[in-house]
Amino acid sequence: MIKRAAALLLLTIIGGIFFTLLTGYSADENLNLTAQYYAENTAKDIGAANIVTAIIVTYRGLDTLGEVTVLFLAAAIVGLVLARSRGAGAAQTVKAPVGELLTTGSHSLLPLILLLGIYIFVNGHLTPGGGFQGGAVVASAMLLLLLANPVKRFNHRLISIIESFSGFSYVVIGVLGLLLAGGFLDNRILPIGEFGQLFSAGAIPLIYSLIGLKVGAEFSSILSNLSEAEEL
Amino acid sequence: MSALILAMVVLLAVVLIGAALVAIKGKSLPIAILSAGLVSLIASVLFLVLAAPDVAMTEAAIGSGLTTFLFFFVLSRVRGGEND
Repeated sequence: MIKRAAALLLLTIIGGIFFTLLTGYSADENLNLTAQYYAENTAKDIGAANIVTAIIVTYRGLDTLGEVTVLFLAAAIVGLVLARSRGAGAAQTVKAPVGELLTTGSHSLLPLILLLGIYIFVNGHLTPGGGFQGGAVVASAMLLLLLANPVKRFNHRLISIIESFSGFSYVVIGVLGLLLAGGFLDNRILPIGEFGQLFSAGAIPLIYSLIGLKVGAEFSSILSNLSEAEEL
Repeated sequence: MSALILAMVVLLAVVLIGAALVAIKGKSLPIAILSAGLVSLIASVLFLVLAAPDVAMTEAAIGSGLTTFLFFFVLSRVRGGEND
């Protein structure tokens, strides 16, 4: 009873907070100071058509490095927890065969999904999306592969090589920015190039491709670890 | 925002709340997982309407794609436990 009353009280308080926020809301006429700075200077300083990407990869690049690290830790912990249950040479449970539709569909869709993922992270500085989104799309292609063939085993060594290589190169590019340009993860170590072209915006396409590979490898390793874990 | 889009958004928001209630209150776990995926899918459409395509892509790929299957993988592992 008292639990229920406390929950109701909490709900009322939260509702009240959101209600005052909603009634007090009025759309801004102008961009605020920070947003105005980004809107005016991104094209000139960074050369990226997608301002969100410029903020994520360059202005707030260190935060992105932190996010990638958090994702890496999550993948590593999933691997650590499930490694124990992956018995060596355990009896392979016979699984029901997947449907004809799924097998054929995965064969024709897989290359397209992979291509879409790579397109998203290579064009991160021009179109919406970037390394995280592209990496997740690549991982969903791997998920389709696993669904179509549940006994499929990924090459864990390859996944970890891709993952470590991209993480290491990301940090090296960041340090190069410190040495050659204005600061850690500065994108101007490569020429800014012509606005709106694929090879422009300095190191952003390179950094975002590395992030895409890293995120894709991490999600794939989580998925394959989960699918390989033997029955507990 | 035109009246048509506004009507669509309100409809989507109602479906979103309904799906969220099904996910919490429903008795069947697979249906709860699917409704949680539906919540993410509708949320990604709403993000797109609010002019945040980057967030919408992340929500669609991770929220409604990967996590839904992650839950199914986990569900197939814990099947047969005390509370099923």
